[in-house]
Amino acid sequence: MNKQLLIAACMGLMAWGAVAASLDAPAPDGRRPGGTIAQETQAEPIPKIENKDLKRLRNYPEQPPTIPHKIDGYQVNTQSNKCLSCHSRTNSAKAQAPMISITHYMDRDGQPLATVSPRRYFCEQCHVPQHETPAAIPNTFKDIDKVLEESAAKP
Amino acid sequence: MWSLFKSYWHILRKPSVHYSLGFLTLGGFIAGIIFWGGFNTALEATNTEQFCISCHEMRDNVYVELKDTIHYSNRSGVRATCPDCHVPHNWTDKIARKMQASKEVWGKIFGTINTREKFIAHRRELAEHEWERLKANDSLECRNCHNFDFMDFTRQSKRAVKQHSTALASGEATCIDCHKGIAHQLPDMKGVEGW
Repeated sequence: MNKQLLIAACMGLMAWGAVAASLDAPAPDGRRPGGTIAQETQAEPIPKIENKDLKRLRNYPEQPPTIPHKIDGYQVNTQSNKCLSCHSRTNSAKAQAPMISITHYMDRDGQPLATVSPRRYFCEQCHVPQHETPAAIPNTFKDIDKVLEESAAKP
Repeated sequence: MWSLFKSYWHILRKPSVHYSLGFLTLGGFIAGIIFWGGFNTALEATNTEQFCISCHEMRDNVYVELKDTIHYSNRSGVRATCPDCHVPHNWTDKIARKMQASKEVWGKIFGTINTREKFIAHRRELAEHEWERLKANDSLECRNCHNFDFMDFTRQSKRAVKQHSTALASGEATCIDCHKGIAHQLPDMKGVEGW
């Protein structure tokens, strides 16, 4: 009787071990590939913000342009908007910064407004700076010019 | 009144009867050290961040905001404390600022900004005082650390070089003209030039 119990316990332990091992599945290959779900992997160092002041290519005409400079410590709230201190219509000439586009001075029905539309006020909802690092996730995006070229080349 | 003054003048003019010249000169010297040293020690004690944030008005509002900024935490660990930016470093200017600060003692006693709501209501006024002061002294407190003569434009971004080599170099603008809200949250900036 005692022997049987011992064997059962051993088998139970082995089964638990196998289940535990299978539960600790490899983590999904997200932005930090490798490791298992239960493992805590080391965070990678934070890359630097690209600060070259050079306009970047837009992948399609409607793409909100990315910010080509650092925006550390910029305050954007109901009190003040640091971005607009250079990019607003009234300040862009003095700062020689690109003026925010006409769409920012329209309500959602396309009616022109005198000042920046509240729904366009929080710049970082659409415009973001870029890090000096390769893309975290590779993708197969093709520029529209490339797509057209390829379709034209097809017989 | 005049006779009182005359009698004291008479005593001052007379040589001492009881005390030796050595006692009087040495005693005067030592008393001078104690009073002058004591005054300056007390002055310096009020010129520390510890002293500033011993009041909840400073600790819960402006100090909390400073903690998020580069003047508190940065890669090299050099940081600015309250008096570095808000009190001139030269003695005479410092005394002048300390005399102005008596208004702040008044504010503390009567609770002008003793709640968050009151502080926010006064923020624009308080900020304008600081902008005015820094504009008037050509951003002296910034320049105690950020010396224009030693700025390396090759280490700055293009935009920074453009601004610093023109407007700042010619004296047309001073630090505070552009660098507002670098250490604390900004007030409502409606109507402020450049915003």
